[in-house]
Amino acid sequence: MRREVTSAANVNNDSTSASPERAHLFIKGQCVIPYEDVNRDRVNVCVTSRTDCHARCNFYLELRLEMEKMTRVSTVNGRTMFCHLDAPANAISVCRDATQVVVAGRNIFKIYGLEEEGFVERLNLRVGRKPSLNFSCADVMWHQMDENLLATAATNGAVVTWNLARSCRNKQEQLFTEHKRTVNKVCFHPTEVNMLLSGSQDGFMKCFDLRKKESVSTFSGQSESVRDVQFSIKDYFTFAASFENGNVQLWDIRRPDRYERMFTAHTGPVFCCDWHPEDRGWLATGGRDKMVKVWDMSTNRVKEIYCVQTIASVARVKWRPERRYHLATCSMMVDHNIYVWDVRRPFIPFATFEEHKDVTTGIVWRNQHDPYYLLSGSKDSTLYQHMFKDASRPVDRANPEGLCFGLFGDLAFAAKESLMTGDVGRKTYPGGDRRYPIFFFKKPDVTEQFAQVSSALSVFESEAGSSVGMDWFINTAKSYLLSGKPFAELCEHNAQVAKKLNRPQESTTWTMLRIMFSEPANPSLSTNHNLNKSGNLPLVNSFSMKEMSAALNERNKENRQDNLHSLETNLNNNDENEETEGSEGQAEYLFGDAELDDDDLYSMEHDNQAEEPEYLLPQEAFPLRHEIMDHPSAPEPVQEKPESPHVSGSETESTCLTPMESINLISVSQLLFSPHLPPKFFCPIVKEMLCYYAEQGDVQMAVSVLIVLGDRIRKEIDELTQEHWYMSYIDLLQRFELWNVSNEVIKLSTCGAIMCLNQASTTLHINCSNCKRPMSNKGWICDRCHQCASVCAVCHHVVKGLFVWCQGCSHGGHLEHVMEWLKQSKHCPAGCGHLCEYT
Amino acid sequence: MIICTKNMDYRFGTQCQFVQNQVMVNSEKDRASLLCMKALANRGRLDSVSQQMASHPQYLESFLRTQHYILYMDGPLPLHYRHYIAIMAAARHHCRYLVSLHSAQFLRVDGDPLWLQGLEAAPPRLRHLDHINKVLAHQPWLTARSHIQALLKTGEQCWSLAELVQAVVLLAHCHSLCSFVFGSGSDSDSIPTPRVHHGTPPGYCLCDAANGNTALLPPPAGPTEKAPRRRSLDSSCEVAYLREQIQKSQEEIKERKADRLHSQTLSHADVEEEDEAMFSADPSRFVTDPEFGYQEFARREEDHFQVFRVQDYSWEDHGFSLVNRLYSDIGHLLDERFRNVASLPFPHSPDLKRAIWNYIHCIYGIRYDDYDYGEVNRLLERGLKLYIKAVACYPDSSKTPLCPLSWAHIKASEKVHVNLLVMEARLQAELLYALRAITQYMIA
Repeated sequence: MRREVTSAANVNNDSTSASPERAHLFIKGQCVIPYEDVNRDRVNVCVTSRTDCHARCNFYLELRLEMEKMTRVSTVNGRTMFCHLDAPANAISVCRDATQVVVAGRNIFKIYGLEEEGFVERLNLRVGRKPSLNFSCADVMWHQMDENLLATAATNGAVVTWNLARSCRNKQEQLFTEHKRTVNKVCFHPTEVNMLLSGSQDGFMKCFDLRKKESVSTFSGQSESVRDVQFSIKDYFTFAASFENGNVQLWDIRRPDRYERMFTAHTGPVFCCDWHPEDRGWLATGGRDKMVKVWDMSTNRVKEIYCVQTIASVARVKWRPERRYHLATCSMMVDHNIYVWDVRRPFIPFATFEEHKDVTTGIVWRNQHDPYYLLSGSKDSTLYQHMFKDASRPVDRANPEGLCFGLFGDLAFAAKESLMTGDVGRKTYPGGDRRYPIFFFKKPDVTEQFAQVSSALSVFESEAGSSVGMDWFINTAKSYLLSGKPFAELCEHNAQVAKKLNRPQESTTWTMLRIMFSEPANPSLSTNHNLNKSGNLPLVNSFSMKEMSAALNERNKENRQDNLHSLETNLNNNDENEETEGSEGQAEYLFGDAELDDDDLYSMEHDNQAEEPEYLLPQEAFPLRHEIMDHPSAPEPVQEKPESPHVSGSETESTCLTPMESINLISVSQLLFSPHLPPKFFCPIVKEMLCYYAEQGDVQMAVSVLIVLGDRIRKEIDELTQEHWYMSYIDLLQRFELWNVSNEVIKLSTCGAIMCLNQASTTLHINCSNCKRPMSNKGWICDRCHQCASVCAVCHHVVKGLFVWCQGCSHGGHLEHVMEWLKQSKHCPAGCGHLCEYT
Repeated sequence: MIICTKNMDYRFGTQCQFVQNQVMVNSEKDRASLLCMKALANRGRLDSVSQQMASHPQYLESFLRTQHYILYMDGPLPLHYRHYIAIMAAARHHCRYLVSLHSAQFLRVDGDPLWLQGLEAAPPRLRHLDHINKVLAHQPWLTARSHIQALLKTGEQCWSLAELVQAVVLLAHCHSLCSFVFGSGSDSDSIPTPRVHHGTPPGYCLCDAANGNTALLPPPAGPTEKAPRRRSLDSSCEVAYLREQIQKSQEEIKERKADRLHSQTLSHADVEEEDEAMFSADPSRFVTDPEFGYQEFARREEDHFQVFRVQDYSWEDHGFSLVNRLYSDIGHLLDERFRNVASLPFPHSPDLKRAIWNYIHCIYGIRYDDYDYGEVNRLLERGLKLYIKAVACYPDSSKTPLCPLSWAHIKASEKVHVNLLVMEARLQAELLYALRAITQYMIA
């Protein structure tokens, strides 16, 4: 059955980004005709298919190559262009009128002119035969007020200023050697001509007045190395500093004694930060944890308002001019591209520049008011000017389709609307179905320049009872018995369950398991069970099977029929107290099975019997009490005699049998001369079977059998596989909110890792009711005030066991007492007047 | 507070949990003993390395966590490969202690005993690793893109990048651990006793640990007064002191400096320990080209080996991101180790610490732009420098006589501290070279 959910739901094409775990769909507002920057000479067409997209990509690639060859006449001067540098660049900066760019690195310090045709080298500042380490630059900044003034941060810890107006070759003006370690960043004040700020590896920031020979103030971040410092563009006195330990601090330039505020922005170093050019309080930070975060500082508490997850550690971040939500990033390692993000669309980059062959080390927008040109320097020794219109648009290559399976086998599918039209057999989605409560429409944002796609969402519901539905899973999980009864009974029960749920294969499997692993010819033992419990049938049944197998091999058909017949009557006689339906079904089944499989199973059994004349009493026959333990992974406990008193007393007890039963059993055991195989014999087959089920996706069966068989099979399957099965099953159970079953499985599991699940976060911290301080040792007496902390409000005695308390008035006491009390009274037993409820 | 094994996942977790669930730890003081006990329960015995480190519990914790992660937790290499690589790495420095330790563990994780006969018996894939092992161990500056390329070259025996990174981390870890073992003198005094298989620790160890280290039982005797077979945490230091006394005579030999050191042959390597043939396998059988050793970097500087500038490729900025990308979470673990060793309280000035660190890096050709190397000579006495160099570059007890610390007034815990610095600086140096080569490979 298929119903359409909405006719025009728009799926945000972010949802189809590369991240597979983001399987849920984002449904958003109506279609917006995409538009792009005014100078983009590219027609926006909705991508209709992948091939179309590829074709267009190729087209643009060719176009770009062509453009690199020849200068295009355009209304805006400039083009995508690059030049080779002599050495890797560490940082770049432009002068205010965007006509020159400075490139700095370990072995390079040059100024290039930006012309229409390309970059032109203007000046080499790296002079001298053997330049000192003062020329080895980690960072460079061109003053935005004075076009002759530059500052560099040297790797040896020096801060150097350069004056291009100097007449001699060496333009170095001032040298500050106050930092002890590498200086990572220098920053001029945006409006104050003589103020320079530096941040160093030694953890200090220093503010220099260029008219003086030394720093005017020193700021100690007290938290490791400073990675970036940035003056606020709007607030005259404020600057931000980012640190290697993940902190960001805000400082007032007038108060060097302590920071104004500090917050942890990232895990690991914060490599960069950048103030929003327009929004006063916005700060973007990028860190080694591969995140770009945008913080709003204007409020009392610093708030993270946007977060973009990139694929590599973020080395630089720069807001795009005139585009409120755009920022450019480049990464420190591995990834060489420059990305421009729309922070509101954090899953897929708005645009990428893919020219560099090694990591990009410096990015800067060419002009403070021009969003179309980006300059970048790289370790591959090139300097690029990127034109925005030449950027590649990952959105265009994304497939705006999404697909997700629901818990109950439903399938949701979103695709472009154009692809979905003309589909027959769709019904409109009737509102108000509680299974799909969350449709909301995001208002289209006109400022968002993202290509938007209108998609339709369809939901395919699984039909009730179909194979896709999971009802069988829930029912099975609820009704299977995994412990608490003898092995044979568990198998029997589970076989019935499977059968009722119309799963014959599983049912057969359980029966087979019972036959394989119940120990057969020990009448005394079986009678014990007969006496104990009502479930005597299974063992008798298994006798009959064994017996039949012997018969198959040794006797003619007539004999066998006789035997079977007699057995059937025995069964019926035995079964007076049983449910007739179950027992009859079982009997029929037995016949059918025996006749169908004259199989190797039984013949093998026969072959083997001479070798194992002795029959040892296996432990498995006893109720599996020992499995339920706190530490099941501890060495296997040896079955102790006192726990199985019936064995020792079996001879006397067997005399209590009704004559008929005992005769039958004895005759059966005489017929078989111990025709059994050691259960071990079946282990490889069972192991294979479990793996088969697990691979079929029925991990439920695998785990259930594993638990029920317990030790019989556990050693055969390696621990990791078991753990894997358990985890999958528990996960499934929890998805279906079958908490009880899941807990039972955890409890019964024998894997250490699974057992731990039950022991995690089991500590409950409580405070003493008298002195209000945390209780450390015992739950009922306080070490500090030596008072009994938890007194029952009903009987006024100390509660040492289960304590129940009201969340409203926090009075309480013994569970039973409170229960009783609240049956009679609505009010709190402590007399506080609160109307407590017990549910 | 109940300590659960949330952070450390143990392969043989059962006993461990059992012990821990009984243990209530109230104060930081017990942290070291708890860690030792964890290690004890984990491996069945407390190796002398952990004992030495126990004077710095915080560091020990991160060290054990890293080691456990590399050897047992998620990672592309199969377990027996990991131990074999560890054997190969330790054999480069003739560290009998680590070779036998990992040989035993190699067998326990179902490694083929044949491989232990020598490198020739190992699969070719592991043999291919020999070259980078050799280079990293002695002259890491030779590590080049071509080595990486050769290993990753597609073919039947090729390595994947993720596997290679794990192998490199393992190699660097073991090489540097050799330095620590040598420096702390734990190599020859405790050849690990062969263990019962299936990871069952000898019973008495567990009991002792539980009695001596927990706060639950009030033991009348302190841990030091326990049975002599169990060593108290600092007794090994006394042993080291004794050795220092004994070998004072060899001091003069030592003074004649490094070139003499590696010219000595492995004379007494074959003499001892006949009975543990399998476990204390002769390291030299895992080594090719035994003559290849450390050479002064400084002398070769004029040739063509560029100085490695930390400002161009640092652990924090570059190494971390790369290694964490290719072998998830290891970056954080290693980062924690480096941070912990950097934050250990050092009684002398932080300058001395930085001098030691930078000196070790300088020995390996790694330079800091922002450091005045005159400081090294000013702050480090000649004896200490010799000691550091011997531990960092020639941690080979078969060639180098166990050098007495002529920096004599140093306290035992400070010696451990210096050894830790050597180990971590060396680890970082090797990692930086290897990771830079991998980066270069990835860019090309």
